[in-house]
Amino acid sequence: MAGPVVYRTRRNVLHMAALAAAASVIAPSLSKADSKAVEAEIKKLYDGKAMAEGRIKLDVPQIAENGLVVPITVDVESPMTEQNFVKAVHVYADGNPLPGVLTFRFSPLSGRASASTRMRLAQTQNIVAVAEMSDGSLFTTKAEVKVTIGGCGG
Amino acid sequence: MSTRPTPRVRVPGNIKAGDIVEVKTLISHEMESGQRRGQDGKPIPRKIINRFTATFNGKPVFDADWHAAISANPYQSFFFKPSENGELKMVWKDDDGAEYTATSRITVS
Repeated sequence: MAGPVVYRTRRNVLHMAALAAAASVIAPSLSKADSKAVEAEIKKLYDGKAMAEGRIKLDVPQIAENGLVVPITVDVESPMTEQNFVKAVHVYADGNPLPGVLTFRFSPLSGRASASTRMRLAQTQNIVAVAEMSDGSLFTTKAEVKVTIGGCGG
Repeated sequence: MSTRPTPRVRVPGNIKAGDIVEVKTLISHEMESGQRRGQDGKPIPRKIINRFTATFNGKPVFDADWHAAISANPYQSFFFKPSENGELKMVWKDDDGAEYTATSRITVS
């Protein structure tokens, strides 16, 4: 007679544990950025100005085994003279808790609009880059990175 | 918590006029994202290097804004076209206001 009661309690406990686990999985995903958050960030900077595809080479791995250290290189086609250079490149990740990853700013002294660093990615997601040229024109590109182990660190 | 961040910089030697050189930098820093929780369940406050700047004889060459998504011990490389001799100065700015600096003498032959 005591058996079923204990069993039920135990099941309840297990049930609650499962719910708690599910909640902790869902909760962070609610605060995740998405493509809308990325669009909102870009709009904040450029207010919906038209963007052309191309000119940016976004070098990221197709598959990242470790989301904590994902190499990224951006390389923008430009003569990099006083009259015509790349002012800035912004990079966003649509599946991270926060959409912003970085902004690079170049100058004619850069010689070449290319730079590399390493980023953390929480999950498989799209990386979006927006480049602003010295004449104000905008270019964009995106690439998907598949992440095997997320980089949100506990 | 950890020792003071130490920057490391590599600039190629033997630069000729008109060359575009790649500068590679690395700095030790935990880059605490502000997204993690400690064992007590409280969020660990954000502490990252949020800005990197490189100037040559006081003129801007390259700079970067880093957000929480930049990996620990951040690596940054960039290109640079020196036209004269001078000093390449790199500064890393921490959330807590600290600044870490490295300089390289550039000689163009």
